[in-house]
Amino acid sequence: MDAVSFVYRDTPVLDGVSFKIASGEFVALTGPNGSGKSTLLRLILGLLTPAEGTVRLLGQPPRQVRDRWRVGYVPQRPATADLLPATVQDVVATGRLARRGWWRRPNAGDRQAIRDALDTVGMSDLRNRRMGELSGGQQQRAFIAKALVTTPDLLLLDEPTTGVDAASQHRFRDTLVTAARDRGAAVLLVSHELGAVAGDLDRVLLLRRGKIAFDGPPADLTAAGVSLGVHANDLPIWLEGLG
Amino acid sequence: MSLATLPLPWPFEREFMQLALAAGLIVGLCAPLIGTFIVQKRMSLMGDGIGHVAFAGVAAGLLVDVWPIWTALVAAVVGAVGIEWLRSRGRASGDLALAVLFYSGIAGGVVLTGLAGSLNAGTLTYLFGSILTVDNSDALTVAILGGVIVASIAVCWRALFSIVLDEEAARVAGLPVDALNLGLAALTAVTIVAGMRIVGVLLVAALMVLPVGAAGRLTRSFPATLLVASLIGATSAVVGLAAARQWALAPGGTIVLVAAAIFVVSATVTRLPGRNGNRLLLSGQPR
Repeated sequence: MDAVSFVYRDTPVLDGVSFKIASGEFVALTGPNGSGKSTLLRLILGLLTPAEGTVRLLGQPPRQVRDRWRVGYVPQRPATADLLPATVQDVVATGRLARRGWWRRPNAGDRQAIRDALDTVGMSDLRNRRMGELSGGQQQRAFIAKALVTTPDLLLLDEPTTGVDAASQHRFRDTLVTAARDRGAAVLLVSHELGAVAGDLDRVLLLRRGKIAFDGPPADLTAAGVSLGVHANDLPIWLEGLG
Repeated sequence: MSLATLPLPWPFEREFMQLALAAGLIVGLCAPLIGTFIVQKRMSLMGDGIGHVAFAGVAAGLLVDVWPIWTALVAAVVGAVGIEWLRSRGRASGDLALAVLFYSGIAGGVVLTGLAGSLNAGTLTYLFGSILTVDNSDALTVAILGGVIVASIAVCWRALFSIVLDEEAARVAGLPVDALNLGLAALTAVTIVAGMRIVGVLLVAALMVLPVGAAGRLTRSFPATLLVASLIGATSAVVGLAAARQWALAPGGTIVLVAAAIFVVSATVTRLPGRNGNRLLLSGQPR
């Protein structure tokens, strides 16, 4: 992303934002409400077009990326997930459509990939459970498995731990670390709640009033008196203190 | 072999009942297939809105002396695509777009009916259904439309489910979301037209919603919901036709009342599947 600006109905949302994420890098994007985090994510995904600047996804303009399966996207948990007449396996299986073609029937490779993804997030024993029977954290793990089922090169997650219990956050941390360290995927986590992954992040991007206010390792935040882990509540206070 | 020679037991031993059974089964099976996606998109009333536009198409057909099925099909498809366009472009919220379609359709139907002369038996046939007067030509038309619906869902159900699950994520995955949404809207219109002669434009949408509501309480997986909803729709058609003949009731209304009764029973004997309870759930086979 290079010098990207975005305007919504004459209101500047992002102003000259630039950063890159390399393979195997685990990056968190955080900032106050209304700072432009979700807009930035939607620009990366090609769902919005920047007013100025350039966005590259896997080296190409986002809408020209042919191998969409190389991008794993975990949106905020749908509000309708509780009422959906669908099993965990149904949900994870939809993740394979991008790779095999949406009109094709699943083959043995697809079924194996679904088993692997469920195993990665620790949901194998819940594969035939209805989504509405699961806790919020378990539902979110199912959506993460859906994103992982194509073995993506880039994993983008939008507030995935909101309302998630501590046990699921621990499992969630393991899953992301495995994706980045073992599989070499680039991971961009958009979240207010970074405590569970604070010790594993390579970089933190802080977005404030549409600009990158900080881009560096978590240790630099610690040196500035902010810990994303133990004193997670310090983050918003620290942000307010920024010029 | 004509349908009249089939050795079916009472109440389907007569030719007119066999034609009604064939048409009713096809619509009973197909309407919930489409309805499953409409209900999950929280657009349960879409079928009603399109039904009202189809009524305007019927009135136009009667006015210009063209077979009303064709004019209804054109009007319904145009209306369905229009509502999807309004919704997807953010020009109107889902319920407002439905209301625009709903009232424009019924108003257009009333005006065209007035121009045609008066509200006559032909118009009432389409408003309230007339399954017992279905002839071979009608049954063939319903069969062709049903074939289009089943074939389309067989190919597209996984992608449509992905859109129902999360439209934005489906777009990110590269699925042709706009085309599939338009296709679903067009199939909804086809379903309405296929069911017009069976239960009427005022009630056909009920067969798209009630079996799905009942199936959603009895199943775990999405493919099981599709299957069970279709079976409930077909059962409603068979039982409704039999009851209508036994007690000389209006067949269309009776079919819908049977579907409503199945929904009430399913809601009574089960709790909505969720974290706090699930009963009598049918599990889909791993695929």
